[in-house]
Formats: sequence, structure tokens, C-alpha cells
Amino acid sequence: MRLAPSPEQTAFAAALHDLLAAADVPAAAERWADGEHGPGRRIWSLLAEVGVTGLAVPVRFGGLGADPADLVVAAEELGHHALPGPVAESLAAVPTLLASYPLRGHVGDRVGEAEKWLPELAAGRALATLAAPPWLPYAVDADAADLVLLAEGETAGPGRTGVRAYPSFDRSRRLFEVSAVCALTACPATGHALDLGALICAAQLLGAGRALLEATVTHARTREQFGGPIGRFQAVQQSLADVAVGLEFARPLLHAAAVTLTARDVSAAKVACTAAAHRAARAALQVHGAIGYAEEQGLARFVTKVRALALSWGTPAQHRARVMSELTREYAHGTE
Amino acid sequence: MNLDLDSDALAFRDEVREWLAANVPGERLPSVDTPEGDAAHRAWERSLSDARLAVVSWPERYGGRAVPPLHALLFEEEYHAAGGPARIGQNGLFLLAPTLFGHGTAEQCDRVLPPMARAEQVWAQAWSEPGAGSDLAAIRSRARRTEGGWVLSGQKTWSSRAVVADRAFGLFRSDPDAERHRGLTYLMFDLRAAGVTVRPIRQLDGDPGFAEIFLDDVYVPDADVIGAPGDGWRVAMSTAGHERGLTLRSPGRFVAAARRLVDLWREQGDPADTGLRDRVVDAWIGAQAYRMHAFAGLDLPARDASLTKLFWSELDVALHETALDVLGPRAEVDPVWPDGYLFALAGPIYAGTNEIQRGIVATRVLGLPR
Repeated sequence: MRLAPSPEQTAFAAALHDLLAAADVPAAAERWADGEHGPGRRIWSLLAEVGVTGLAVPVRFGGLGADPADLVVAAEELGHHALPGPVAESLAAVPTLLASYPLRGHVGDRVGEAEKWLPELAAGRALATLAAPPWLPYAVDADAADLVLLAEGETAGPGRTGVRAYPSFDRSRRLFEVSAVCALTACPATGHALDLGALICAAQLLGAGRALLEATVTHARTREQFGGPIGRFQAVQQSLADVAVGLEFARPLLHAAAVTLTARDVSAAKVACTAAAHRAARAALQVHGAIGYAEEQGLARFVTKVRALALSWGTPAQHRARVMSELTREYAHGTE
Repeated sequence: MNLDLDSDALAFRDEVREWLAANVPGERLPSVDTPEGDAAHRAWERSLSDARLAVVSWPERYGGRAVPPLHALLFEEEYHAAGGPARIGQNGLFLLAPTLFGHGTAEQCDRVLPPMARAEQVWAQAWSEPGAGSDLAAIRSRARRTEGGWVLSGQKTWSSRAVVADRAFGLFRSDPDAERHRGLTYLMFDLRAAGVTVRPIRQLDGDPGFAEIFLDDVYVPDADVIGAPGDGWRVAMSTAGHERGLTLRSPGRFVAAARRLVDLWREQGDPADTGLRDRVVDAWIGAQAYRMHAFAGLDLPARDASLTKLFWSELDVALHETALDVLGPRAEVDPVWPDGYLFALAGPIYAGTNEIQRGIVATRVLGLPR
């Protein structure tokens, strides 16, 4: 048994943090929000150089075929910097769907789409996004993506993007309706791909929550009112302690879900990471006061992303319902 | 990352599971704070000890098996899943023993630990005083130097298990002139000694679970000082970590309770009440989070015990409140859940209130100014 990240995983996360800290993500996110994806895509290319985009791509398609735990560790760091773009889609769900497509020449094959796209995704030359109702009624950032898929039930295939872009309250996200280009292909990995996407989304939420706590602790130590730092006030301290507890106990659920990848554990992780990140966002905004509500301060980018991701890849209500139905099934069969 | 148990761990878990299935009493024992309950719980501890299951993580010479921490977590999971009785010796087992392992002499360990493991000696804690609760360093009970030992005087309160216990441990002010965190000495004393009066206090749940202890010139030999005289605060804080953390409230306890809650929901819950269903799910997720946090912690540097105490104590209240809400008006006469609920209400208060714990997290973990 070992649920804690390995020293290699910890070092990988630290290296990603350094890379993103040096890459000016806030400026890229601002341009991304204006529909200009160049700077953001350049950051994605940097991530490709260190292997992030190849983690979920099988080795035979030019990827690393990594353990989902590695993907979770990386995604937490992407969330920690609120990286713009279809993270869970392009890094996890779409590669998983493509890799399970019927092979060329088999019934329902998509004439080598997997062979075409997986190496591109692994190399960071392509971005992919996905619509998968009811968890993902829209495809995020389809205007920035080279490949758009639609997954329904246990089928998947290429999607046609609607012309209209719906702006999200997270200004770096633009949502698009997607319809099928042709009959969808039977794809038994759809459930697995969506679970992996939800897991990666949970990891992003945890990372965003951690960033919010860090920024708020720094603010509380330096912002002075009534003749001293506001972090000395018990009301501030008690609120931030609760944030720390929430994040501390959400992370092990995320890692456990990366090991088991069961519906029950993925949903539990998504619920817990959402709640922890949401608490962090509320406390961050409250402790920053009007300074945090001002968009140029940078907090808004995290606060709105947390709320958007909370509702994406399955709402808390959907995931709680799924945990109960899984528990009911398990306990009725006397397994665990 | 993996959650695999090796063959050692599996064999240990199976042995514990089988033994508990064959030996846990079918009926709940009487309350531990009554004379019959006291005898029944001590007898239970003897049978656990005979199976070398009372203190699995301790060294063998004191009655343990020296198993690794993972095995200890598995033991707790099995113990609570099997509905094992309350541990009458818990104050000694989970608070004093870790202190002795860290600060006690070999003589103290040899003398104190074996009878503790067999519940031949049951220990009470004597921390709080009428004027020293959350502000524990305000302790005023005195330890005065005398030939070959110390003379204790003063009043302790909220002392768990003192009504049935044989001995107690706590902090006493041995140097009234020293700065308040200094000049405290950690001492063990006999609750039946001349000069000791124990007065039960009826709790919110109606049980005399804790008591006041009055000390009127009680003699304690030097051999019963733990650590150096005057170094008691530092010694005690190592125990406080154990009280707030895993050892006292193991994940197994909450995992078992959450499972009972889910079963209760399946049997009696209204499927249309998704709000209540979500609370049941959140309680289960909380228990699972605590469990996984403990597993992850096996390979991480020690986390601040205040984080853990905040989490389990709030989880315990939420879990039991949810159970009562599922039961509805029948909860008032339910034989099981109200007891757990009333006990859970004490969690955010004892072992340092949750406000104190949040202050510790804010200053020590997050680095906010004092």
C-alpha cells in the first residue's frame, strides 16, 4: 500500500509548477478570454515537452501510457495555475476514447482517426474537446480545438460545432453546442473516459483551491488594517483553517480514486474536491474583500473557474446520486 | 500509488476478523461508567489481551505484536466493523502509553504498560481545571517538592473515566515562579491514594463519564514523574497530538458508523428526499476521506494533529445528526443512534476546542500571525 505520491510524482508536480510560474499564465488566460489562443497554445506546447499531453496516450500511439495517478498529479498543478483550455478533455477523456476506437478495418472503425489524432495530441500539436451530455452538454473551447468529439451512452464520434459561442461566467471558457457528423461508433470505453475526465477535473479543482488558499494567506499576512495584518484576527484565521482542513482531506480521496477508478470513488473525489475548492473560493474572496472582487487582481480567474468546473463533468448533485446508487448496489451484494 | 495489502497485512486482517467474529459479545455491554459495565469491559480487555490483540502496535515485551502502523489501522477497521465494545482503557492506551514510549524510563514502561494492556489498571486523564480549560497552561494545581517525591494539591475537572479508573496522569505546577508554560511537571498518581476525592459529574448524556478530582496533599514518588520536572508542557503536548489525532479516534470507527448510516438510509430513508440523501452521502464521503488520509499519511511526514481533530469531530456530529434526521421522530427512542449523537457533541469540545484547533492550524500550519 502506498497512497501518498511518490518522490518522482512530487518532483514532477514541482517542475510543472516552476514551468507554469515562469510562463505567465495570467496573461495567456486574458488573451484566451479575448479569443486569442496563441499564447495559451504555446504554454500547452511547453507542457507537451515535459510529457503532460502524452500521459493518457498509449505508447503505441506515441504517448507515455502513464498511470492515471501521474495524470492526477499533473492536473492538480494545471488547476493550481488555472491554465485555460480543455484540460480534462484534451489530456484525458478524448485520448481514452480515441484509444478504444475499433481498429482500422474492423466494424465501425473510424478509418484511422485514432492513428491520426493520438500522436498529434501526445505531441501537443493538437487540442481536443468533447461534448458528452448530461455531464458535458457543451464542448468547451471548441474554437481553440483541432478535434471535437461527441460521446453519447456507449458511442462516440466526431462532432460538428454549432456556430454560436456561449461565453461562460469564467471568461476563459467558451461553450459550444455539438451535433454528430455521422453515426456514432460503439465505444465501450466511454464510461471510463468520462470518469477519467471527472477525476482530472477534480484534480484541477483541488489545485485551484490550493492556489486560492495560498494567495489568501499571503494577503492576510501582508494586508494591514486596524494597525496590523488582518491575518491576526480570529475570524480570518478560523475561516482559513477550515479551508485548509477541506483541502487536506479531499486530496487522499482524489488519489484513491486514481488508483481504483471506480464510479463510486471518482464521484466521491469530485464531490469532495468541489466542496473544498468552493470553500476556498468563498473564503478567498471574503478575506481579500473588494481587492479580490476587482478582476485585475487575478483572484477572479480562480473564483470563476472553480464555479465552472464544479458544474462541469457532473454536478455535485449528479455525483452524490451516483455515490449512493453505487453504495446501494455494493451493500445489497455484500461486497466491498 | 496503490491500495494493495501484502500477504502479511491480509493474514493479520483475516486473523483479527475471525477472532472478533467469534468473540465480540452479541449484546452491548452495560455502560462502562457503571460497576457492572466496569467489570464487563475489563473482562473483555483481558480476553483481547490473551489473544494478543489489545495493543497490537506495542512492542512484544509489553503485550503487543509490534505490527506496523498499517496493521494498526486495519485492526481498528475490523474492531469497529465487528462492533467491538468501548475500550475502557483508552485514556491510558492511546494517551499515556505514547507519552511513556516517547518520554518514560524503561522502569516506568515495564511497570505501567503490561497492567494497562490487560486493563488491570485503568487510567484517567487529569488535564483541565476549573480555571484552565482551553487555556491549559493556566494550570494552578501544585506539585510541591518533598523528600523522594512530590506532594500534589488542587482540583482537576472534566476527567474522563475517573469514576472507574485506578490511576491518573496530568500536569501540575511545580515552579510557581516560572513563566506559565515552564514550571509544569507531568505526573502519574493513584486515584485511591490518601487525600484523593473523586466526585462524578453527570454529563449531557446522563452518564457520569467524567469527574472532578480533589487533591489534598497527595504524595507521589519521583518514580512517577514522566520526563524532567519542569518539562511537563512539552511532554504533554506530545500526548495532545495523540489525543487529537488518529490514535484516539481511528478512521475505522467512522467508516463503520457511515456504513450503518447508509444501511439505515436504505431501510428507512425516503428516496424522494434527495437533500437528506446527499447528507448521508457526504457523511460516507467524509469517513472515506478520513480513512484514505490515514493510509496516505503512512508515507508522508506527520501532519498537524489539529487538522485531523477538526475533521473527525465535525464529521462525527454531522454523521449522527444525519442519522437522527433519517430516523425522524422515532430517533428519540432509538436504542443506538442518540447515544452516539450525544457523545459526538462532545468531540468539538474535548482535547482542545475546535476554535483552539483552528487557531493552531492558522498559526502553525498556515503561518498566519499570532
